[in-house]
Amino acid sequence: MPKRRDYTNGLPDPSALRDEILKKYPPKIAKKRIKGMVINDPNEDQEIMSNVRTIPGIITQRGCTYAGCKGVVLGPTRDIINLVHGPIGCSFYAWLTRRNQTRPLEGEDNYITYSFSTDMQDSNIVFGGEAKLKEAVREAYEIFKPKAIGIFSTCPVGLIGDDVHSVSRDMKAELGINIFGFSCEGYRGVSQSAGHHIANNGVFKNVVGLNDRPRAGKFQVNLLGEYNIGGDAFEIEALFEEAGITLLSTFSGNSTIKSMEYSHTADLNMVMCHRSINYIAEMMEEKYGIPWIKVSFVGATSTCKSLRKIADYFGDAGLKAKVEEIIAREMAKVEAVKASVKPKVEGKLAMMFVGGSRAHHYQDLFTELGIRTVSAGYEFAHRDDYEGRKVMPTIKIDADSRNIEELTITKDEKLFRDDLVEKKAALESNGFEFKDYNGMMPDMAKNSLVIDDVNHWETEKLIEFYKPDVFCAGIKEKYVVQKAGVPLKQLHSYDYGGPYTCFDGAINFYVEMERMLATNIWKMIDAPWKNESELVGSLTIDA
Amino acid sequence: MLLRHTTKEVKERNALTVNPAKTCQPVGAMYAALGVHGCLPHSHGSQGCCSYHRSALTRHYKEPVMAATSSFTEGSSVFGGQANLMQAIETIFSVYEPEIIAIHSTCLSETIGDDLNQMAIKAREEGKVPLGKFIVQAATPSYVGSHVTGYANMLDAFVKYFPEKTDEKRRQINLLSGWVEPADMRELKRIMKVMKVKSVLLPDTSDVLDTPMTGKFEMYPKGGTTIPEMVSMGDSMQTLGLGEWATEKAAITLDNQCKVPFELTDIPVGIKATDRFIQALAKAGRVSIPEQISEERGRLIDVITDMHQYLYGKRVAVYGDPDNIIPLIEFLVDMDMKPVYIVSGTPGKRFEERMAEILSERVPEAKYKNGPQADIFQIHQWIKDEPVDLLIGNTYGKYIARDENIPFVRMGFPIVDRIGHSYFSTLGYMGGLRIVEKILGALMDKQDATCLEEKFELVM
Repeated sequence: MPKRRDYTNGLPDPSALRDEILKKYPPKIAKKRIKGMVINDPNEDQEIMSNVRTIPGIITQRGCTYAGCKGVVLGPTRDIINLVHGPIGCSFYAWLTRRNQTRPLEGEDNYITYSFSTDMQDSNIVFGGEAKLKEAVREAYEIFKPKAIGIFSTCPVGLIGDDVHSVSRDMKAELGINIFGFSCEGYRGVSQSAGHHIANNGVFKNVVGLNDRPRAGKFQVNLLGEYNIGGDAFEIEALFEEAGITLLSTFSGNSTIKSMEYSHTADLNMVMCHRSINYIAEMMEEKYGIPWIKVSFVGATSTCKSLRKIADYFGDAGLKAKVEEIIAREMAKVEAVKASVKPKVEGKLAMMFVGGSRAHHYQDLFTELGIRTVSAGYEFAHRDDYEGRKVMPTIKIDADSRNIEELTITKDEKLFRDDLVEKKAALESNGFEFKDYNGMMPDMAKNSLVIDDVNHWETEKLIEFYKPDVFCAGIKEKYVVQKAGVPLKQLHSYDYGGPYTCFDGAINFYVEMERMLATNIWKMIDAPWKNESELVGSLTIDA
Repeated sequence: MLLRHTTKEVKERNALTVNPAKTCQPVGAMYAALGVHGCLPHSHGSQGCCSYHRSALTRHYKEPVMAATSSFTEGSSVFGGQANLMQAIETIFSVYEPEIIAIHSTCLSETIGDDLNQMAIKAREEGKVPLGKFIVQAATPSYVGSHVTGYANMLDAFVKYFPEKTDEKRRQINLLSGWVEPADMRELKRIMKVMKVKSVLLPDTSDVLDTPMTGKFEMYPKGGTTIPEMVSMGDSMQTLGLGEWATEKAAITLDNQCKVPFELTDIPVGIKATDRFIQALAKAGRVSIPEQISEERGRLIDVITDMHQYLYGKRVAVYGDPDNIIPLIEFLVDMDMKPVYIVSGTPGKRFEERMAEILSERVPEAKYKNGPQADIFQIHQWIKDEPVDLLIGNTYGKYIARDENIPFVRMGFPIVDRIGHSYFSTLGYMGGLRIVEKILGALMDKQDATCLEEKFELVM
């Protein structure tokens, strides 16, 4: 088990570590990898290579486009049959494995507990699978009578020329329910990220705007990029409800297609996970004039900041007062727990390699406990998630990003909210920031090591060098890291714990860190006789 | 209700699978390859395949599961994956230093027609495989068979490549293991030791997927069948294949290539399948059966006679893989339980024949189905129609168990919400004892939790 280092006087320059990591690679790989490993300086504009292909053979954390589309974005929505067109595996692996909690009312549809597949066979590959897909859609409709069906393409689908979009159109006409397809074949992009974009496009084209419902509240908002893992969205929903904020729809934790249909009637969009959902936020602004702000409810400080920002946006005195009342009450509880936990964990070291936003957001929770993040990176993010949205115009389109459709959005003349455009302009002139995501790197300490698409070899070397107290990643890394004697907190599934959002979530996380970092079990790895001189036995059974 | 849309009205399905009782080939290939020492499985396809398979196996074992991927992009899907595979082989040998790379294909690479055999030859010719290192390859199209087929294909790839026939026979047998747990592999080795039969077990995931915490990560743990062991299989006296779905193909290959005759027997689950296994082992190894084995058998029979009243006539629903559930069903029948509903997503005509042999007389009312649309949704619909006393299957059964309030015993793959399967074997007579213990525990816990207070029993 590694011994912890003392970094109280600042983080060490990790150049030697980076060199050692790169030395192992063939020269071509080393040349590429160095661009994805940045020794951070928050005061400088530094470029990091990201959203590029993983080198074949490298043991990566990344998944595929299908996983991003079906698994991440559409998976958490309960009132839709998500039918996977392909061999059985893709639907099987995405079946309930992401912990998207949902709370259907009595009598409401909930298909999250089901896995639907066309289970393509070799004959479908040879002769085409469209007929089987149509039949499967009919059978799904006959048996379940859903209000919507989404069709997800897996790798072979595009290759054999099955057209899920034309099948969707035909079946929609035949059955009279909303049916739409996604060309989210696993190979479409370099990671899950391509699938997020494809899902955003599909939902925007086929769902958003179908129901111009009358207003239901004074402050109507949508929450984008919150997937209700471990009940995170429940926490946020409860806060909004108390504050009198009407949450129309969440994309897509604890959500329904029904609610997404009227999401365009919101006054404000709030983006949690910038990577996976900023596309819809942008498109809704273009089409309907709804502005968006970046929020985070991970960490008590971020929660306060986000709540205040929403209240400032609406500029309503009553809402502001209510938000302050909630903050005052909840922060008292948070501070009490923090006061008891922080002394036990302060000064410990963490590193985190997940997602497109969690590796950033969770640093806030660690900071609240005085735990330092020595190294971090995303699994599938783009440069803007590291360096901020300001670099977006300079990101080059490459062969892999080119094949993802960019929708052309036209203004909805009838529903476009000129009032919100004016409101935005007025607020901006007073310094209120919209679309405000500055990325992870400016928030990280000098000399922290930022690594994009970290791989197994790098993980091993990082642990050896930093000897962290806690490592955050996903299920594939969990036991690799723990075998090295370092506890790993899964930040995709939360190790089946959580929620970690808002105030109660922050408390949960503090207590969880206390548990993980205080346990003595890691100190018991060596048997007591390991450090004693060996006795030479003469009474062995075989003797 | 967790599965609120499941009703007892069965509508015929020919295209739609709901809640599958199988998954795809590559995960089986990955699992089999982990049972070879110093071997890194490699998935030739998109990253998602490798990521999903590693995740599934990791959740099941709570152990590191290492594997690499060819990381296909759209370009490789159009132009073929050869360049990706060549690069991958080079990367893996220089960065991760395995002894063997076990490459399996995916639906993606199979659909575009990538020929792994030809690519492997090319890699060797171009010097991408360092001296003393090896690559083996198996075609595992996800749209054929199931995860069990992938396991069988990878096993076949190993025996195609490594065993060598020399002039000298070895006094050993080959034991080709079906898809069982590390604990089961360990138990098989113990049984062979007790029987005094020298053998090579392939694959062997014990000491790979059940490693101790040492504070040091080992990329290639000490377990797994070694290269010299696999080479020696060509000179063995006989091959025993445990489970025809998983091992028949490799057993035939060994016979064809090295003239090692084979016998297929069921995975030793329960009494009769273990009896057959022990007898086959004795015959193959030319040993007499030691008293210790008879004693273990006696203990299992003893416990069943002690507890028979709690088992007799209980209706059971079972889903899983043919090699594993065929002997399990036979065992349930031997204990006078009634396995009334059985499904397996894995296709294969022999399944129905075996089920008929076991069930037609003793449980004539049993419904069983395998292959297309034989899924967990189907078995749940049958349960809705007429309930059962016990459900046996992988973790996904917990949704049915809760909705229907049925005692649930987890067996199969994957088990992602309980531990134990990696450490406590369900094979052999001692493993049979564990199955009985688990079944009784589930049934009796329900009785204790739900019976009238005046009917609450101290002694059971």
